[in-house]
Amino acid sequence: MTQPENGNGPEVKAEGGLVAELQQMTEAELAEHEAEVAEVVASDREMAVDVGQTLLEIDELTMRFGGLTALDSVSFGIRRGEILGLIGPNGAGKTTCFNAMTGVYRPTSGRVLLEGKPLGKLARHNITRRGIARTFQNIRLFGEMTALENVVVGTDARHKTSVMGALVRSPRHFREEKAAIERAMALLDFVGIVDRAADKAKNLPYGYQRRLEIARALATEPKLLCLDEPAAGFNPIEKEELMGLIRKIRDDGYTVLLIEHDMKLVMGVTDRIVVLEFGKKIAEGVPAEIRENPAVIAAYLGVPDDDLA
Amino acid sequence: MTTTTTKTTTTTGRRSLGEWWNNLNRFQQWAILIPLVVFIYALPELNPPIITTEPGYDFPIAMFEVARYALIAIGLNVVVGQAGLLDLGYVGFFAIGAYVAALFTSPDSALTKLPFLAVLPIAMAITMVFGVILGSPTLRLRGDYLAIVTLGFGEIVRLLADNLEPLRGNQGFQQVGHPPGTHADGTPIFNNTDGTPWYWLTVTIIILILVLVGNLERSRVGRSWVAIRDDEDAAAIMGVNTFKFKIWAFVIGAAIGGLSGALYAGQLAFVNNQKFDVVTSMLFLAAVILGGSGNKVGVILGAIIVAYIPARFLGIAEYRYLIFGLALIVLMIFRPQGLLGARQRLLTYGRQAYQRLLGRGEQISHDASVSTDRNGGV
Repeated sequence: MTQPENGNGPEVKAEGGLVAELQQMTEAELAEHEAEVAEVVASDREMAVDVGQTLLEIDELTMRFGGLTALDSVSFGIRRGEILGLIGPNGAGKTTCFNAMTGVYRPTSGRVLLEGKPLGKLARHNITRRGIARTFQNIRLFGEMTALENVVVGTDARHKTSVMGALVRSPRHFREEKAAIERAMALLDFVGIVDRAADKAKNLPYGYQRRLEIARALATEPKLLCLDEPAAGFNPIEKEELMGLIRKIRDDGYTVLLIEHDMKLVMGVTDRIVVLEFGKKIAEGVPAEIRENPAVIAAYLGVPDDDLA
Repeated sequence: MTTTTTKTTTTTGRRSLGEWWNNLNRFQQWAILIPLVVFIYALPELNPPIITTEPGYDFPIAMFEVARYALIAIGLNVVVGQAGLLDLGYVGFFAIGAYVAALFTSPDSALTKLPFLAVLPIAMAITMVFGVILGSPTLRLRGDYLAIVTLGFGEIVRLLADNLEPLRGNQGFQQVGHPPGTHADGTPIFNNTDGTPWYWLTVTIIILILVLVGNLERSRVGRSWVAIRDDEDAAAIMGVNTFKFKIWAFVIGAAIGGLSGALYAGQLAFVNNQKFDVVTSMLFLAAVILGGSGNKVGVILGAIIVAYIPARFLGIAEYRYLIFGLALIVLMIFRPQGLLGARQRLLTYGRQAYQRLLGRGEQISHDASVSTDRNGGV
């Protein structure tokens, strides 16, 4: 077992590398290590809006599939630095809203504005480069790649090495490769799956795959991170840990949009909530307001027939 | 050039071979590779007893055939194995390369004559242009649809060769050029009866191409290709310009196909409209699928099997399509990933990174992860 030749980063003395070292760390050392990792992961992109101002605005967004109106002039804003929850019963249009934001669907009408500029007809990869990253409800990792490689694909979104540059191994190629590895390793550490960095994504346990998706999305250095039901299939303890991770991401300077079914998780982690039902926005506010809102309660619990009269 | 850690279904013997190789340091790997390369170069001179194809088939020429197929398989692997674009018309690019070589070097052609070695890059450049022409409209298609269109492209090229007056159809081009140099007695070193110099030239080109393709693989480009292969939509959403990188895969594959076509034309010293049919295209693809699509060592192995077996066992050469067909069916049932499964190394600093994180060699990736065994749920 030799030392890394070019000494990128701190030297590792333990036989098992960083993973073994982490296990031997005292709590104080661990906290220090975590702070270092958070520092590397932290968003350092220039943004045109300040914390608390509207980062992304959805303006009268309508999405029709033939005769079905999945979204009916929905408008809401996401403020920089907050965790916004997007909730609603099954089929309310939450994922459609995500897809329209990230360029998977073209909105029938209405606009999506990032930092005040409309995304218009930008291609999907350009929307990612502009600063919206997402995870998927049904996990979509690159199965044949290792966890680390998956994350590096995310960092590539912001790289510029061309085919020619890679062919002759230009200085920029080496610079970007090194930066990508550094960041990707820190991200795996950040989401807590560094011990399986060398495993193919398809061989990772379910919880690890969900976390890897988050790491890969964060690797694109998003201004807005969209999580599509990240806790689906988790048990209560795992959900608790995930809430911690989402808060940690926000504290690191990211803005998060969260689609989630689990009310406890949504109420516990979000700053504000937008509620959709049948493609329409029926409520918007802080969790306490949403919990009391009769329209939301009706949407989730149903309304007894005699109340309608 | 690296061996592989294969899919989960492999036997422990195979897995440990891959792991063994990955855990060697660079020096040890070179210590094994260099003698191996020397041996590969020496093969036609050694003419080893059991391996030889003589007396039925000239051994150096058989070796050149093997090397040519290996080069084609490496090129096709970029398209099919790495980027996951099923290209059934690869022979079209091969044919274009061969015809470019013929047109610029044969006295039968009206064009200016150029030295053979200068024609090689020209052949690559022209096939690349054809790669863009074919790729830009068709790469919006996926899977089976793309396969059908590329199949059509291969046929179009063949039919053009049949019917276009300047391409001389069945009559073909005689005395296609060859690289310079003569023996002491004045006969050219590169002639169509001695396969050895052609074999050496091709092996050298293969090594060069392997280095370049390896550079691409361990970079943003290779990662984009594999991401597109694994999940094109997810790749786009992760910021991969899928269309651009698919075109590049197509173009690079085309260039390598064109290069091998030009070498083929040079060695044979004759090009006509034969040998560019769909069946040849299938044979190229069989080499890739058989050896293990997405694995450079695998596709070379596949090419060796496809090109060498018919030359070695002339008795069965007639039935080779039958035999390869059966072999492919059996393989698809028992080992759908090919003899060596897809394995790629996609990071320039991967080795150091895994070392630093896990304190052991490169990629170890199978169901029973060593790390969980050892560290028990971090």
